[in-house]
Amino acid sequence: MTSLTSVAPVLQLRGISKAFTGVQALNGVSLNLYPGEVHTLMGQNGAGKSTLIKVLTGVHMPDKGQILLEGRAIRPASTLAAQNLGISTVYQEVNLCPNLSVAENIFIGRYPHKAGRIDWRCMSQQASTLLARLQVDIDVERPLASYPLAVQQMVAISRALLGSAKVLILDEPTSSLDDKEVELLFSVLRDLRQQGMAILFVTHFLDQTYAISDRITVMRNGEREGEYACSELSRVDLVNKMVGVPAAAAAAAQPTADVANDTVVAAGAKADGRLPIFLRTLGLGRHGSLAPVDLEVRKGELLGLAGLLGSGRTELARLLFGADKADGGKIAIHGVERQFAGPRDAIAVGIGFCSEDRKHEGAVLDLSVRENMMLALQTRMGILRAIPLKRQQQLAQHYVQALGIKTASIETPVGALSGGNQQKVLLARWLVTEPEMLILDEPTRGIDVRAKQEIMDYVANLCRKGMSILFISSELSEVLRVSDRIVVMRDRKTAGEYPRNALDESSVLQVIAAGASHA
Amino acid sequence: MPSLTLQRPAAAPKTGSLTMFLHHPLFRPVAALVLLLVLDLLLVPGFFHLEIKDGHLYGSLIDILNRAAPLILAALGMTLVIATRGIDISVGAVVAISATVASMLIGGTMVLQDGVPTYVANTPMVWALCAAMGAALLCGAWNGVLVAGLGLQPIVATLILMVAGRGLAQLFTDGQIVTVYYQPYFFLGSGYLFGLPFSLYLVGGVFALTALLMRKTALGLFIQTVGINPVAARLAGLRTALLIFFVYVFCSACAGLSGLIISANIKSADANNAGLLLELDAILAVTLGGTSLAGGKFSLVGSVVGALIIQTLTYTIYSLGLPPEINMVVKSVVVFLVCLSQSAEFKNMWRALRTRANANKGEAA
Repeated sequence: MTSLTSVAPVLQLRGISKAFTGVQALNGVSLNLYPGEVHTLMGQNGAGKSTLIKVLTGVHMPDKGQILLEGRAIRPASTLAAQNLGISTVYQEVNLCPNLSVAENIFIGRYPHKAGRIDWRCMSQQASTLLARLQVDIDVERPLASYPLAVQQMVAISRALLGSAKVLILDEPTSSLDDKEVELLFSVLRDLRQQGMAILFVTHFLDQTYAISDRITVMRNGEREGEYACSELSRVDLVNKMVGVPAAAAAAAQPTADVANDTVVAAGAKADGRLPIFLRTLGLGRHGSLAPVDLEVRKGELLGLAGLLGSGRTELARLLFGADKADGGKIAIHGVERQFAGPRDAIAVGIGFCSEDRKHEGAVLDLSVRENMMLALQTRMGILRAIPLKRQQQLAQHYVQALGIKTASIETPVGALSGGNQQKVLLARWLVTEPEMLILDEPTRGIDVRAKQEIMDYVANLCRKGMSILFISSELSEVLRVSDRIVVMRDRKTAGEYPRNALDESSVLQVIAAGASHA
Repeated sequence: MPSLTLQRPAAAPKTGSLTMFLHHPLFRPVAALVLLLVLDLLLVPGFFHLEIKDGHLYGSLIDILNRAAPLILAALGMTLVIATRGIDISVGAVVAISATVASMLIGGTMVLQDGVPTYVANTPMVWALCAAMGAALLCGAWNGVLVAGLGLQPIVATLILMVAGRGLAQLFTDGQIVTVYYQPYFFLGSGYLFGLPFSLYLVGGVFALTALLMRKTALGLFIQTVGINPVAARLAGLRTALLIFFVYVFCSACAGLSGLIISANIKSADANNAGLLLELDAILAVTLGGTSLAGGKFSLVGSVVGALIIQTLTYTIYSLGLPPEINMVVKSVVVFLVCLSQSAEFKNMWRALRTRANANKGEAA
């Protein structure tokens, strides 16, 4: 890579901000992309990577800030507009038409015409030429579905390169590719870089970042944490910056956090080995998503699950709740072995689960706050024994107050609430069932700091009252702060267990980073 | 409970009672019905005239209610199916099946009783009715298994029965129209009880039962949840498959009852034509009533009003002496208007137009 200063950046982002109903997704993010470089965008889930990409590709309009393409300010209003400007994107999932031919997929919407008809021969020739540029030699007239995923990804890239692409954005293109396919993709990317293409690469795989990047921009909580030359940033530093530097996190912690800390310490003091075990797994696993896991959750314990995205945290949570079916291992509740055929069975033994995907797996947006809160309890009671309306109102009112939910009334549709308040409603949905154990998967993602704090305080309080909590979060500082015990996960298996007192923050980072580098 | 939420405006506006009234989900369907009735008042002489003959209430309004009964029943069943994001296009076929089964079993044989020729049922009527309803329930179970058990798309799954059902009914009857001679059976379709047509009691009963189920049990909440967010429903512990199975069985049961009323009314069962395209009218009634085909929130009252709109429309066209072909065109215009009023795209366009018009006015002033 040539010295950056001598070349003008092809794409500049200046102070991009974007908010969604109360949540600041992006806050003054800047980024420079030079021709002939692979620039990797890294960050945890919810750091704002995808929002930034969407602003760039015209899906969202930024609230503030400027996008400069070759020095000229642009405001793409749609993906098509962005594409016409020379910003092409390849998305995580190959979104092409599997039943059309390769050539048709590349030229869809831009078929070459001759005398008012589609010029099929010209199209096939051009498609072959384009693919040859990516070192792919295939029959372009066969349907896309007849080729492996990696080739399909190449087709998606050649489609993106059609026309005069100056900037190529790759949004997690490797998540469904195997090692060999990734290598093929990377060699293509290196060629494109040679040809002067500016490539913005989004991934959460550390290995791949180091294999291909010239520079790395790290994002955290919707802000740009920093921009680094790849060669000058160690893996541990990178993970540090993604999850939040422990020292900085401690310094940034508000007085309220200290209060929370105290309450949690009290809860933690209780969580010693003498407490009875609520849940125990033996070799619980599912082929292709989680290696066999042995885990113990004690009564009144706050167990933190740390690890990067894709490390198996959510997969474990879903197995424990019966949301996915385990194909090996056992679960015992209070020492009695159980089979979970579905969430229903897990709920019956007193487990609750707040999914990380609030919108798609949690909230029933058109229903009211009250109805959303009653859902789990009502399913547990069965169809026939409806909870009396009076009782419903009492419960809903109680939790609206206890959790500080900001809503016009308990009859307001949940969809009208902000993300943080929706999350509290979902928490209440499980609290009304008075569960023995609650699994919280990223309960604080994408919600504002205050709601985050309130939720964590409440959760810590529940623990003190004897409820077991399995807490999953991408924010390591948060996991470290509240957990009695931490299980670190990587590569879809457990990688270590750390009791609260023996906890060493950098060692946790080491475990995560080491794991990632082996991946 | 659900029915409460159903009657609550979706956007929960805080402004005055007029806005609340105008935003009420039932406002548009009821307004459409009132509009039609006003039209009738002006155009059809004696439309609102009611009189008592032989202790029976007669009049256009009663006629409309009576004729709408099968459609209302079908619409009630369809409402629940649609609320779960489903659709059942086999309703007409189920009508044909239940009508055929009942008619065949009852039939009627002439015997001399005390020297007077009378018709007696081939099978005791209660058994015949049970058999017809049983056949309808079986149809529903079949649909339910296909949709909930095998995960077929509802429209495809019920298409199977839509095609096969009418064929089966014709096989039963050897392609003949089965005529019923047994007097008591006709009571279902044209009998009077306490001065009102008996079919109205049937409809009222089914409506009350359904509303009660929605209000007094958690069924309404669960059906809406499954319709709005099936993934969340499963994670909250709902047995979604069982619930979906139930709504298809319920829908077919309603259709079966419709079939009984229809065949009792025409004193025969025509496997080819009984309840033909009733499913489409039922879907139309549900849509007119303000329940979205995307599932979720539903309104039973809305569907009843929707069915009444359709029947009133038909009645009006007939009584104006217009050719029946017009009916189809007018109906399609109504469908078009309703769909337009539900389209978000159209609302946006309309709003943009209005703001532009306002801006122009502002400039002019």
